[in-house]
Amino acid sequence: MAILIDSDTKVICQGFTGAQATYHMERAISYGTKVVGGVVPGKGGRGHLGLPVYDTVAEAREATGATASAVFVPPRNAADAIVESIEAGIELMVCVTERIPVLDMVRVKQRLEGSGTRLIGPNSQGILIPGRCKIGVMPAHLERPGKVGVVSRSASLTSEVIEQISSQRLGQSASIGIGGDPLHGMGFVDCLKLFFDDPDTDCVVLLGEIGGSDEEEAAAYLCANPAPKPVVAYVAGRHAPTERRMGHAGTVNVFGQGDAAAKIEALRAAAVTIAASPAEIGLTVRQALRA
Amino acid sequence: MNLHEYQAKDLLRRHGVKSPAGQLARSPEEAAEAARALGGGRWAVKAQIHAGLRQGAGGVQFCDAPEGVAEAARTLLGRRLVTPQTGAKGKLVRSVYVEQAVTFEREIYLAALVNRSAGRVALIAAGEGGNDIEARLAAAPEKMLSLAIDPVAGVVEAEARRLGEQLGLAGGAADQAVALMRALYEAFIAFDASLIEINPLAVTAAGELLALDVKMVLDDNAQFRHADLAGLRDEEEFDPAELEAQRYNLNYVHLEGNIGVMVNGAGLALATVDLLKEQGGEPADFMDVRPEATRAQITHGFKLLLRNPAIDAILVNIYGGGILRCDTVAEGIAAACKEEGLRVPIIMRAAGTNGELARKILMSQGVPITFAQTFGQAAAKVVEVAGRKAA
Repeated sequence: MAILIDSDTKVICQGFTGAQATYHMERAISYGTKVVGGVVPGKGGRGHLGLPVYDTVAEAREATGATASAVFVPPRNAADAIVESIEAGIELMVCVTERIPVLDMVRVKQRLEGSGTRLIGPNSQGILIPGRCKIGVMPAHLERPGKVGVVSRSASLTSEVIEQISSQRLGQSASIGIGGDPLHGMGFVDCLKLFFDDPDTDCVVLLGEIGGSDEEEAAAYLCANPAPKPVVAYVAGRHAPTERRMGHAGTVNVFGQGDAAAKIEALRAAAVTIAASPAEIGLTVRQALRA
Repeated sequence: MNLHEYQAKDLLRRHGVKSPAGQLARSPEEAAEAARALGGGRWAVKAQIHAGLRQGAGGVQFCDAPEGVAEAARTLLGRRLVTPQTGAKGKLVRSVYVEQAVTFEREIYLAALVNRSAGRVALIAAGEGGNDIEARLAAAPEKMLSLAIDPVAGVVEAEARRLGEQLGLAGGAADQAVALMRALYEAFIAFDASLIEINPLAVTAAGELLALDVKMVLDDNAQFRHADLAGLRDEEEFDPAELEAQRYNLNYVHLEGNIGVMVNGAGLALATVDLLKEQGGEPADFMDVRPEATRAQITHGFKLLLRNPAIDAILVNIYGGGILRCDTVAEGIAAACKEEGLRVPIIMRAAGTNGELARKILMSQGVPITFAQTFGQAAAKVVEVAGRKAA
């Protein structure tokens, strides 16, 4: 079993019949993901991609035994869709939706507390286990099976780094995008714990960026619980102007918090290897594994 | 969406947050008239721009007569005000807010924001306020008090009262503080704000709490719920190129350098800007093409780069994947070059989905682009070319 999902994990898709969901779920199925159906309110009883469509997550779960859900619901209804899955007892959700209002996510966070559900995202490219399965929107042609775990706040930077890792003739155990929004489900700490416990992961790459405090929290965790495997990090935005939103809603600094220099310092102090340049992350991973 | 001070105060008043009586004016005459209508013997004339730290830059002036108010307005209106938050070019003052000046005993800091680690809205407060409070709080973080609000319970009276006490408020002011914290939280939720900052919050001799300045930012992602607030958006406050980019769904931030940058995805764009700077280059912008971008949107975005006279070379760094394919980007670029004309060298790195096709499209259309194999090589090349052009 890889972390979080495997090729026998039964997956449903919320917002299944939309254009983006259709495109990406088709690719997920051909990659090996066990997609068992979809949920679209008002479209229950129909079929899509040769799979059944249900009105509610509870019905879909009952009928298919699904434990994971891919959320492709538009921003105004996405929070409700996530809450519906929490209530239905879905164990793992991946939400790719961008631009969910932040106060909707406050509501989601409150419902997640104490539930048995894990949420990846929103605004996430998802999770991929090379050669086995994926839930999300990431490309899959550069990943190779291997022993490097990748956790990131940015989809495009993840693709870049996976190419760098693969070009060092190394592969990945899993790659997870925690999402670019200010409030999200799983954070770096949750993912580090999973990778540390995973016998198939030898090294973890953490791709952070300016804004928020996920990197600082990871650093604090690693100070208290020294990493059993090498951790390599890069924090994007060292030269970004402050007080501006740089693409991701999560990249705004408040109170000088969340600037790249402070994050890098905190991670370095926690014995994390910092990649000197974004073009040399793959190389840094190779060196960390050799050390 | 950033709001002006006067807009923020109007919105907060609807929820019971008090501030001095004030009126907006767009000419010296209107300003003097506002002062007379407001009454009193002393007024503040405040430049309305989307930037803070105005007072130290002369953007807030105090006057004792309506004629003085007109004079202050005359010096501010039509002028570019430069504060530490505006950049070197400053921001054009197109209106002033005329307000009754208030005498007070103390200044406090009170804000509401989304605390990311707690996943909740939080009230942030300090027993002191005013200019450069951010620097003072950064130097002495123990002065910063925080109260996370449970989304179900809302602001709990006992907790608000304790926060008021920690701010040193007693008697009538303590009661007012509880009501104010509730009002602030209610306004935050009602307007889908992402930040409301009252600084300073004045405590008068009579124990009244008055918001002297307010900074308010609304969540762009929640605008679909607030058609009534759309009119508060002041397009004149944006850089024209940034406004144009928004229209085509591109994330664009104007920077001061000479290397035009087009990248897909925020993280890769940040990393690209970092790499250029570390190699001695100066990016002219941050442009993040979203995954679902169409060919037409890319054409518009690329034209913004071609039209920027400060640009000596352009770097396109695309990692095709998800929905965005490199050939879509290439077609968008080719169309932009055809319409706008190309006067600067372009270095492109096209990896991932249809990278090779992108190269063929641009070659067949006769667009002279230098291709680089990796991100590092592309950055090194564009820094070299731009450096040569600038020299």
